[in-house]
Amino acid sequence: MKKVSTISGVAAPLPLANVDTDVIIRIEKLAQLPREQLGAWALAPLRFLPDGSENPAFVLNQPGWRGAPVLVSGANFGCGSSREHAVWALQGMGIECVIAPSFGDIFRSNCFQNGLLAVQLSEADVQRLLAFLEEGRQRSQPARVSIDVATQTVRWPGGPDFSFPLEARRRAALLQGLDEIGVTQTFQAQIDAWQARDRASRPWIWDVEGV
Amino acid sequence: MSSNHAGAARAAPRTLFDKLWDSHVVVDFGDGSALLHVDRHLVHDLGGPPAFSDLERRGLPVLSPELTFSTPDHVVSSAPDRTGSEHRWAEGLIAGLREGSRKRGIRLFDVNQPGHGIVHVIGPELGLTLPGSLVLCGDSHTSTHGALGAIAWGIGTTEIGHVLATQTIVQKRPRRMRITIAGELRPGVEAKDLILAIIARLGAASGTGYAVEFAGPVVEQLDMAGRLTICNMAIEMGARMGMIAPDDITFDWLKGRRFAPRGIQWHEAVASWRELVTDPSARFDREERIDAATIAPQITWGTSPEHSIALDQRVPDPASAPNAATATAIAQALEYMGLQAGQAIAGTPIDRVFIGSCTNSRLEDLRCAAAAVRGKKVAPHVTAWVVPGSEDVRRAAEREGLDRIYTEAGFHWRSPGCSMCVGANEERVAPGQRCVSTSNRNFVGRQGPGARTHLASPVVAVACAIAGHIVGELPARSVA
Repeated sequence: MKKVSTISGVAAPLPLANVDTDVIIRIEKLAQLPREQLGAWALAPLRFLPDGSENPAFVLNQPGWRGAPVLVSGANFGCGSSREHAVWALQGMGIECVIAPSFGDIFRSNCFQNGLLAVQLSEADVQRLLAFLEEGRQRSQPARVSIDVATQTVRWPGGPDFSFPLEARRRAALLQGLDEIGVTQTFQAQIDAWQARDRASRPWIWDVEGV
Repeated sequence: MSSNHAGAARAAPRTLFDKLWDSHVVVDFGDGSALLHVDRHLVHDLGGPPAFSDLERRGLPVLSPELTFSTPDHVVSSAPDRTGSEHRWAEGLIAGLREGSRKRGIRLFDVNQPGHGIVHVIGPELGLTLPGSLVLCGDSHTSTHGALGAIAWGIGTTEIGHVLATQTIVQKRPRRMRITIAGELRPGVEAKDLILAIIARLGAASGTGYAVEFAGPVVEQLDMAGRLTICNMAIEMGARMGMIAPDDITFDWLKGRRFAPRGIQWHEAVASWRELVTDPSARFDREERIDAATIAPQITWGTSPEHSIALDQRVPDPASAPNAATATAIAQALEYMGLQAGQAIAGTPIDRVFIGSCTNSRLEDLRCAAAAVRGKKVAPHVTAWVVPGSEDVRRAAEREGLDRIYTEAGFHWRSPGCSMCVGANEERVAPGQRCVSTSNRNFVGRQGPGARTHLASPVVAVACAIAGHIVGELPARSVA
């Protein structure tokens, strides 16, 4: 995995709760396309009108916000399916960080497997940030924010930094670009020993010939 | 089980979740996360092929292919005479699953063969999912398997590769929630109604970060199909894992299944499984109580599973919402669904009915709904499908004559797979069409772009198919 330490750039407000993985990437797109091509279809129901043309009211279609690396959204972002394609699709359209009050658990895991930074702030902090960004949008003035993994802070022009929680293992993996399979394989002896014990104590788990 | 498991059992009272978690710890990282052993890894046609490719590219072997099982379910056609590879993209994905499984020594349950079906139907049905086992699959509805007293959750493609290569998963220990369902079930109320009402009451994100145990007298009396339905939808309240303590209902249901233990092993296994209960004084991080007597048959009106109401209720009015954000969310959902603020949901005309999915496609579901179908006809303007959850369900249902009950009433009897729950096989609801569906998600576009989905139980779905619109109550015969 690539290293991630800081992300800086325009933040796009998407003040919706429960943005689900079906909205982030449709099933037939992930079934048909290689992961590198999913970005063109990310957030399609919001981004395109029913006739297939771009929705001019959608923030990431607007000059100043197109290609923004930071998305700020409502609670339960990425709820729904386990499709990792949702992460690949967002990354494919240039998103490097999503800030929200909460995330779907599986989506959040998938983010960290790919170096997409899922930043959880309190509902109140997200509302302040969204209000600030929306106000800038009314004036056609995009605002830049900066997220620092090492210090676990979000810097924004509207007030003091926000800090966000991040498990130490996740932070280390981001900063060092660690590969989880590689790390786990350093515990191969423990895995082998666990399996050997388990074969004796729970033979029914291992006796899977069937009838 | 490991020695530290036995030691911990003496030390402190534990929840069912704690017992399942502790018994699978290979390495405790000491920061609230652990490396856990995976006893059963189920692989399907959408998640498997890209993970196999990743492994191939990195030159990694599969550590324990004997604990890995595969089946194509998402992209297969459900046409009665299908081969499975009808659709443009299905052929490559199914071929990728077959090739990867063959090459890696993984047992594949192939299309039209015994054992084939939706992963979350076949795992329990074949006796692959066992009490006390840790089950993973690249699908969010893996929470289903917790109904047998297993610990089970959905993972992404990278994690699938990790499990294939190491037979383990790195996981942060979730908090523990117990939802106790007490009281008496009202007539016509099914497991689906219970879980929809619970999600509506607690919210679609209420379970985020939690493993949820469903408990209490109502759960203890539910059959396995009902328990599987409830745990299936734990993820719709945000909980990656849902679980129910195994008991005699579980053991009786499991005994004799194709991969279940036999002979002396069966007795040893059951003896160990009886310990898989929450100790009386164990503590949860959150406790919720639901009185079943307050729950009536449900239908969803909006675009989140939390948008659920009783059949005789009205859809919400944004004007009465507690805050601006909720008002906007309600207004957007109503607009997408083509409904007016405050209208009665009953009487809304429908175009499609889908009985199927990992939530409600088991033999018990199909029997229960068939009883309400007998002697009736699907409304002429409604296209209604029944998609059994597995090849074994399909064959058993046909032996009982359920297929004839459905087809004589005008339902289409189809072949097993995920089908119109998710439309990965191009079986979709057309834009603007309204579908009453026994599946689990009513998200925008879930059943096809512009499709309007109303989630309900199988009994409610057949009542709507016959009436041609969303019913305000169940006919007397279906609540007997």
